[in-house]
Amino acid sequence: MTGNHQTLALLLFSAFVAVTLGITTWVSRNRHGSAEEFYVGGRLFSPMENGFAISGDYMSAASFLGVTGLIALYGYDGLLYVVGFLVAWLVVLFLVAELVRNCGRFTLADVVAARMNERPVRIAAGTSSVTVSVLYLVAQMVGAGSLVALLLGGSSEAARNWTVIGVGALMVIYVSLGGMRATTWIQIVKAVLLLSGSIVLTVLVLVRFHGDVNELLRSAAERSGHGDAFLAPGLKYGGDWTARFDFISLGLALVLGTAGLPHILSRFYTVPTARAARRSVVWSIGLIGGFYLMTIVLGFGAAAIVGPETVRGANAAGNTAVPLLALDLGGGANSAGGTVLFAVVAAIAFATILAVVAGITLASSASVAHDLYASMRRRHAKPRSEVAVARTAAVGIGVVAIALGLLARDLNVAFLVGLAFAVAASANLPVLLYSLFWRSFTTRGAVWAVYGGLVPALLLVLLSPVVSGSPDSLFPSVDFQYFPLQNPGLVSIPLGFLAGWLGTVTSAEPPDEAKHAETEVRSLTGAGAV
Amino acid sequence: MEKHDGRDTGEVRFDDPWYDALASGWGELDGTGAPAPAVPSARPEHEGRAGGTADVYLEVQRSAAFQEVRSRYRRFVVPGVAVFFTWYVGYVVTATTAPGFMARPVAGAVNVAMVAGLGQFLSTFLFTWAYARHARLRRDRAALDLRWDTQELTRSVRGGER
Repeated sequence: MTGNHQTLALLLFSAFVAVTLGITTWVSRNRHGSAEEFYVGGRLFSPMENGFAISGDYMSAASFLGVTGLIALYGYDGLLYVVGFLVAWLVVLFLVAELVRNCGRFTLADVVAARMNERPVRIAAGTSSVTVSVLYLVAQMVGAGSLVALLLGGSSEAARNWTVIGVGALMVIYVSLGGMRATTWIQIVKAVLLLSGSIVLTVLVLVRFHGDVNELLRSAAERSGHGDAFLAPGLKYGGDWTARFDFISLGLALVLGTAGLPHILSRFYTVPTARAARRSVVWSIGLIGGFYLMTIVLGFGAAAIVGPETVRGANAAGNTAVPLLALDLGGGANSAGGTVLFAVVAAIAFATILAVVAGITLASSASVAHDLYASMRRRHAKPRSEVAVARTAAVGIGVVAIALGLLARDLNVAFLVGLAFAVAASANLPVLLYSLFWRSFTTRGAVWAVYGGLVPALLLVLLSPVVSGSPDSLFPSVDFQYFPLQNPGLVSIPLGFLAGWLGTVTSAEPPDEAKHAETEVRSLTGAGAV
Repeated sequence: MEKHDGRDTGEVRFDDPWYDALASGWGELDGTGAPAPAVPSARPEHEGRAGGTADVYLEVQRSAAFQEVRSRYRRFVVPGVAVFFTWYVGYVVTATTAPGFMARPVAGAVNVAMVAGLGQFLSTFLFTWAYARHARLRRDRAALDLRWDTQELTRSVRGGER
């Protein structure tokens, strides 16, 4: 890469950072420091604003960089990811969004704890929320690192590490100073930037092939060296049955995980009513669906125009396919157009990472302060101090995410996100659905459902080829691999549901009919909603 | 909160293209596209009754009005989830177990797998639209009435206790 790319990209990126820091300062100029304001921005966003912010939260670096890279390298098997990412929103829309908005205040644990013995349930749900958030954060950090490695030419270790640290520091600033209001506006700005950037690139790809999608697919298949197999499933997840089960596992995790992601759930609290929450989801399904259709074009475009060897050469996992595509579409490495387009796309990808990271950090700091800290301290403290705890928690989570991000830097971003989704689907979704829909659900059932999904999911990842026993593992030199699949969802999601059921039927305490009535009435009517 | 409810039902509506569009009557249980008939109020059954707020929720839960809202929700959501989940799992399982079938060409470079993938996108958009429409026409008004009734009851119970 030439110096021009770097300068321009860094300039654009600094502009984005400046704008977002400006937003942060502006929205926090007369804040009151209330929990309502910090966690949910006063619940005053409109459905359209929230819809953009939700899609900003969801269209992460994993989709923009990771999925397009997977499509560029493996063709149709990458496309299977985006279908899962999108269909997941139907679960959110049908079963979760409105009911959660009506029942809860700030976090997932609010919904569950309303029916149960509060303390153990809150600690369990808080723990799993933080775990999911940290896994998701690591994926974003890895995305930031590989982007910079490309931008600054080759494999400058130091630059890569400093980027991860820099992104971590910025996210802590956004979250702890600006709270939900700043985070939401950053998401909206980023969603608009990302969508516009994708539209421009998609149009350029289609123009290159004279609007002929058929021609685009054909060239991609030809260039890939796999022929027609590139356009059918099986390149990555075909072969032996382990790989196939791995994909089914991933598919389940993707479609069930979204409804358990803490940073998505917390977005529903930023609008005034359940109806507004529903309409935000409808907006975001429209935006996300459109975006994913474009990533398919971009992925095949990268395969056809850049070619899989070049993509793999720049980053083995394919994370840099889109920036390379932009470079080519603009006119090549030494043209002005290529330089500008590359810089713009790189800056958008950075913005994406920063915004998503801020959203997740906010949600997990809310879990730490509102669920864990509030349950573990001895006396009731003032709400003000809970917000102070949340601000501090943001720093702690930042440090953990930076450390793990430096460790996991060679894994594909989309794959890492798949792991986060699997843990969310195993630990958060069963307890959420049971408490919304099951009359006899008890405290013990709730606690078991969380740990019964969380512990197996994490253990299976630890024993999987991701961590040890294969050349691509985190620790290739040791071998304690006992579980063949990379994604634990296929086993751990049913275990989460099973544990919740088992805990409920074995518990001595009878279910609280009155509290179930309250949850059910509130969830469907919005009575008593804050 | 009341203030924002007002804003929500009023002026924001027009800038939301997903909201009022496509009111053609498709996907509607009675096929007319008109808002569903109002369900009976929960209030008269409880007026003058004493007890804690927990009892209020139990009473509302047993009321015909609430049962109607709940069954309208479930009658749409349960089959809906069953259909899209089966369709998605079927798609994923077919893609992994029968790649030969998925690779069968349909037109040009487009094969069965591409059609199925785009079909998932299309069905997601359709389900979203149908759900939003069903909720707006069949549930929203009844749920709002129940919300006020429940809050009135809760308030009067709290007042009585004081």
